[in-house]
Amino acid sequence: MVLFLIASGLSLIFGVTRIVNFAHGSFYMLAAYLAYTLAAMLPFGSASFYVAVALAAVALGALGGAVEMALLRRVYRAPELYQLLLTFALVLVVSDLVKLIWGSENKTGPAAPGLAGAVRIVGQLVPTYDLALIALGPAVAAALWWLFYRTRWGVLIRAATQDREMVALLGVDQARLFTGVFALGCALAGLAGALQIPRQALTTVMDAAIITEAFVVVVVGGMGSVPGALLAAVVIGVIDAFGVLVLPRATLVLTFVVMAVVLVVRPWGLLGRPEAQARSAGAAVAGARGVGVPRVVIAALIVLLVAAPPLLPTFYVWVLVEILAFALFAASLHLLMGTGGMVSFGHAASFGLGAYGAALLVRWAKAPMPVAFLAAPLTAALAAIVIGFFCVRLSSIYFAMLTLAFAQIAYAIVHQWYDVTGGDNGLLGIWPAPWLASPVRYYYVALLACGAGLAMLAAIGRAPFGLILRAARDHARRAEAVGVDVRAHQWVAFVVAGFFGGLAGGIFVFLKGSVFPESLAVPVSVEPLVMVLLGGIHSLAGAPLGAALYKVLDTVVTRYTEYWQLVLGTILVVIVLAFPRGILGVLGTRERG
Amino acid sequence: MIPRCFSALLVILAFGIAIPSAAQAPIRIGEISSFSGIGAPFTGPYRQGIEMAVEEVNAKGGVLGRRIEVLFRDDKGQPAEAVKHAQELVAGEKVSLIAGTFLSNVGLAVSDWAKQNKTLFVASEPLTEALTWSKGHDHVFRVRPNTYEQGRMLAEKAGRMKYARWATIGPNYEYGKRAWETFRDRLKELKPDVQVVGEHWPTLGKLEAGPFVTAILNQNPDALYVSLFGSDWIAFVREAKKRGLFDKMFVVGILLGEPEYIDPLGLEAPEGMLVTGYPWYDIASPAHKEFVARFQKKYDKNPVLGSLVGYVTYLSIFEGIRKAGSTDTDKLVAALRGLKVDTPIGPISYRASDGQSTMGAWVGTTKLDGKRGVGIMVSHEYVPGEKVLPSDDEVKKLRSGS
Repeated sequence: MVLFLIASGLSLIFGVTRIVNFAHGSFYMLAAYLAYTLAAMLPFGSASFYVAVALAAVALGALGGAVEMALLRRVYRAPELYQLLLTFALVLVVSDLVKLIWGSENKTGPAAPGLAGAVRIVGQLVPTYDLALIALGPAVAAALWWLFYRTRWGVLIRAATQDREMVALLGVDQARLFTGVFALGCALAGLAGALQIPRQALTTVMDAAIITEAFVVVVVGGMGSVPGALLAAVVIGVIDAFGVLVLPRATLVLTFVVMAVVLVVRPWGLLGRPEAQARSAGAAVAGARGVGVPRVVIAALIVLLVAAPPLLPTFYVWVLVEILAFALFAASLHLLMGTGGMVSFGHAASFGLGAYGAALLVRWAKAPMPVAFLAAPLTAALAAIVIGFFCVRLSSIYFAMLTLAFAQIAYAIVHQWYDVTGGDNGLLGIWPAPWLASPVRYYYVALLACGAGLAMLAAIGRAPFGLILRAARDHARRAEAVGVDVRAHQWVAFVVAGFFGGLAGGIFVFLKGSVFPESLAVPVSVEPLVMVLLGGIHSLAGAPLGAALYKVLDTVVTRYTEYWQLVLGTILVVIVLAFPRGILGVLGTRERG
Repeated sequence: MIPRCFSALLVILAFGIAIPSAAQAPIRIGEISSFSGIGAPFTGPYRQGIEMAVEEVNAKGGVLGRRIEVLFRDDKGQPAEAVKHAQELVAGEKVSLIAGTFLSNVGLAVSDWAKQNKTLFVASEPLTEALTWSKGHDHVFRVRPNTYEQGRMLAEKAGRMKYARWATIGPNYEYGKRAWETFRDRLKELKPDVQVVGEHWPTLGKLEAGPFVTAILNQNPDALYVSLFGSDWIAFVREAKKRGLFDKMFVVGILLGEPEYIDPLGLEAPEGMLVTGYPWYDIASPAHKEFVARFQKKYDKNPVLGSLVGYVTYLSIFEGIRKAGSTDTDKLVAALRGLKVDTPIGPISYRASDGQSTMGAWVGTTKLDGKRGVGIMVSHEYVPGEKVLPSDDEVKKLRSGS
């Protein structure tokens, strides 16, 4: 039921404000630590714990409101995804703040006074605290129902969930509504976090552990639907509990399989409604034909990239190769989310499967490195044909979550198939051929692959195919009306993006010499997303720019401080506030303006 | 003019003091570990152990007359990130060797990079056997007793007990699986009537403990082998206690006597478990008592196993450099083969056949210590690595398999 609390908050926030709040798990974590400290400090004896829970929820509500007013409100005019970038920065900041304030050692919270025991129900001992939580779930759901259906504020929220522009036209103060909803959502996350401390350990990674699961519940239930979240939390909870017994080895992936099945059958979740008007990520980009980077700059850059490396210290060459790999990776994602308006949360699948495709050929077929290298994009493209077939039938956040589900399924397969993939111990010894072993030589291979990839992606973006994708992004129905097969085009785009994502994975695997399931994990899907947004979603050139900027920042910051997340997160917040449409986006506007 | 004279004097003084050790450039060592992410709760005290070792050796004039300088890098729990740091440390910072890593897969990634680039890698914390056996090579050494050793230590004891019906729960990755397999295999050798009634593999770091506890109770084993750790272990203990699991079966826990895992539980720590761990509070040797006292004085807190491992790792590196008489990689590699090191827990050596150290672990039973408010290990025994490690011939077979 804790999952329901956190998911309902997340769902509410998305429903009204369209913010994909990555920081929801961070608020949950913050509340848990806060309640832990308060419960020990407060002087109310055995009531201290309960007071602490309430205070933590209130405090998080206040914090959520403050964050909305101070940060998110500044970027509402930017494409919707920039709020996502901001919440990602908050994840980093909160993570280090918790470490700074409470230390990184695991902590055990207090037991809930009066509810520490267990009662016997049909022969099984069930903890009373769990029973209390089970009762609390429907109670909170009922309270939310009352709020939505019996108060004016609730009516406005429901209206805004369906069509917020219409609500704005009717003269409702959107800013206050959004602040209120965000605060309420965060308070629910806070309540969830505080209630968790008698059951689980407090750790600095509890944010990451809950956030994907919360998104799964939200999407399975239907975005913006509180009853849906309740239903989904029960379904996922039951499946988790019984899956343990039936398929003990599938624990890694069960929830994602469930999500994939639900989304394939019901593209808007169990109780969700089709969006009144499918506004996708690209909608706000409508009309933007992309920011041109002057040819002189590109030419100078190419000369520099070709001429400089032999003169650079070896380490910089290695960093450059990594940047090249991520530049191509981000650019391939840009084809989907920038040109196509299809935001993927699972692009790591192409990167990781590409890397594994090459590595498996080296490991099992003793394939020569060039052959294995070429296998990387092909493997990823093949996978994208299958994944894309299912995913392009969905739109917006459901599309994103289905790609995530497939990436997680791929992750689980790679992680568990010890005989073939080496499981979590990965595949080692995937090095370039001896004649390419010197860093500079491998750099030129990477440069060639990345350069060719970027050139082709740029050509695809400008070709009629790219224009049709853009048309479908900006208005799918009108595109269909003029005879475009939207799904077919999106499917092809998905495969192309997979191909180049896989090529990036190929560059990466021979740089590192080994590959692990981590290359398919969520952070690898989030990184290119951040890069594309950072550089500017309007333009393909934004992707490599964002990749370079992010990688350089990351490399420099981690070198000088233990608290790299705090520093990096703060820098990202500043960048987003200063360049609310990405760096190229804002530069482009200024140029034209 | 007086201030200027004074500062000049200070400069001269500073140089005067520094000359013996600064005559040559410092010896640089690259340390990569998971200071953020899933390893974060355990790597802080480990780093403190390292810093203490470095401070002490530098106070005595360094090694080979050169100061020791350690460059710390955070791998964020990601193998690829660790490889990036290895590249930077070796190519950019010109370190003489790479040390550290916490997670097994990160250790393997760095080890493979070291093999390819002919760099010395002294792995401190990762536990996977593959590091020194199936994926072993000339340039890798490892300090801590691996999964196989610790599983065997527990089996030697458990195999002599009455329990026949066994179940296990552990994280769903190589460590959990191997921790169980090595234990189970030895257990069955010692006690052929052992029967396995249940195996449970929850996802690492995401244990929803209730259903697992219920499932284990329904299988009704005599004994349970646990390889959970960290937050999963805490969540499991809480749900298991509410449902009376610890009263119904004997529990064996690999690593769970380490202060890292038992301290956060406070007085909720289960009693009567058979565990491997580190009873720093109860080790009689004067050298170890001094180690604890110095650590407490410096950091105003107690050492945990990670602190000891960090300290011993760097003692070993210093000793290796002394024996090699240089920081040349080939000479260092040769010196580390068969190297003997005096540590706070007695002498250990690095086996020539696989580079595994003979550092052991303590096996004992858990009990609550009301005074400190935490669980401790009692009636414990130090099992040196030699006792459980496979012979050189077996190692040769293991290494040729790769």
